[in-house]
Amino acid sequence: MIEEKFDAIVVGAGMSGNAAALAMAQRGMKVLQLERGEYAGSKNVQGAILYADMLEKLIPDFRDDAPLERHLVEQRFWIMDDRSHLGVHYRSEDFNEERPNRYTIIRAQFDKWFSSKVREAGATVLCETTVTELARDAHGKVIGVRTDRRDGEIHADVVVLAEGVNGLLGTRARLRERPKPDKVALAVKEMHFLPRETIEAHFNLKGDEGVVVEAVGTISRGMTGMGFIYANKECISIGIGCIVADFQRTGETPYGLLDRFKRHPSVAPLIEGSEVKEYSAHLIPEGGYKAIPQLYGDGWVVVGDAAQLNNAIHREGSNLAMTSGRIAAEAIVQVKSRSHPMTAANLSVYKKMLDDSFVIKDLKKHKDMPMLMHTNSQNFFLTYPQLVSRAMQNYVRVDGTPKAEKEKVTLKSFVNARSWTGLFGDALRLARAWR
Amino acid sequence: MNVETSVRVEDKLFYNRYLVDVGRPHIKVRAHTKPSPQLLALLKVCPARCYELNDKGQVEVTVDGCIECGTCRVIGEPTGDIEWSYPRGGYGVLFKFG
Repeated sequence: MIEEKFDAIVVGAGMSGNAAALAMAQRGMKVLQLERGEYAGSKNVQGAILYADMLEKLIPDFRDDAPLERHLVEQRFWIMDDRSHLGVHYRSEDFNEERPNRYTIIRAQFDKWFSSKVREAGATVLCETTVTELARDAHGKVIGVRTDRRDGEIHADVVVLAEGVNGLLGTRARLRERPKPDKVALAVKEMHFLPRETIEAHFNLKGDEGVVVEAVGTISRGMTGMGFIYANKECISIGIGCIVADFQRTGETPYGLLDRFKRHPSVAPLIEGSEVKEYSAHLIPEGGYKAIPQLYGDGWVVVGDAAQLNNAIHREGSNLAMTSGRIAAEAIVQVKSRSHPMTAANLSVYKKMLDDSFVIKDLKKHKDMPMLMHTNSQNFFLTYPQLVSRAMQNYVRVDGTPKAEKEKVTLKSFVNARSWTGLFGDALRLARAWR
Repeated sequence: MNVETSVRVEDKLFYNRYLVDVGRPHIKVRAHTKPSPQLLALLKVCPARCYELNDKGQVEVTVDGCIECGTCRVIGEPTGDIEWSYPRGGYGVLFKFG
């Protein structure tokens, strides 16, 4: 048993946990961080994109030594049917800047580096330690944790739950509910290795330039989901994710989807000749604003994926995780600096600060989107992509049919598939949920 | 475009690194005679295909290849069909890239 008492215990060494541990240690707090993996990062799975702004707030000069892959100069968004894709691509030379805005990263490597910064700041980081239970006093206040490594309890004034989307501690202690199958997506991913030059040729890149491809359409077979392809330096992250309840309903297999995605004629040439070196899977919180649980209580706060803080519409998660971890740390430091106890009332400042940040503002803006996408998945992910593909083909194929006739055919295909009421309804619902 | 049965999950898992906690599986299936719809769903949704039917038609789990996503927990724990814990510290899948 560890006899000494800590100011704070952080459970988990992902984006939110590392941010919280670092921010508290930087401000002189005595921090213990517990991680179940062999090293920080060995259990963590993400696409992955790193958002510079949120990391700069913690480590301003991170570019000096962080293991970054490529800075993003291009975003490709594809709407796919079985044989085609319609792409919206945005590429700008502005992204080749002194301090790029977004990078691809490899989480296991990045998190190891991030964790080294946490140690340098003075926190104690214990890996290969699974926290099994929260320790509570007679009034229910969280006073520490129990682990599978040591007998007894380790005590702290406050516990930061950064235990990830699948956080068991919080649900076991009834601080929040287990995520529901319609509020999380299951994504599977493979790491495909290719020589640097080959990747640059396949994606039209030079130097450390990078690109992200995101794709929706028949690849998810009517389920709410998305495929992704990220160019790293010497490998390509490729994966696909769909809502768990949709998998349950359809009986589709995640690896079956990934395989189809990889064999799609628009995708196959990008990864041709590659060597696969890892296969991973992860849950992604998709419930948005309405799925955010209670964020604080007596002796505890919850951050990152464990708090369902993920912007599914913009596919942002790690930045929300990092920011919520940092803000939780700042809130805790504020309470401590006033020598106040870590009660729910005092820790509520965390939620106030988070409400004022982009994290909650963005999630609130899109609060109706997750449900809209989920209840209309057949339309948005199957019917429309097929219609759009046919319309594009009809538009670009030159076969002597008068243009007016072609346009009539396209319009008719939309009306037949969705009816006028359906089309207007979909547009209206989408606009309402987006605003 | 639809030869899904040809996808060999075992081959995919072969790329990964694991430290198996022999004799201490972190997931357990509750004894049953006839599997619930939730249990049957796990046969397909588990990305590592850890769940299989035995010859008595019961669902069994082998956690050695588990990639710890938690999907089966989300589906099978509310009904009491499975018990789900994290592996002991240091055990389980060890991602090189993540």
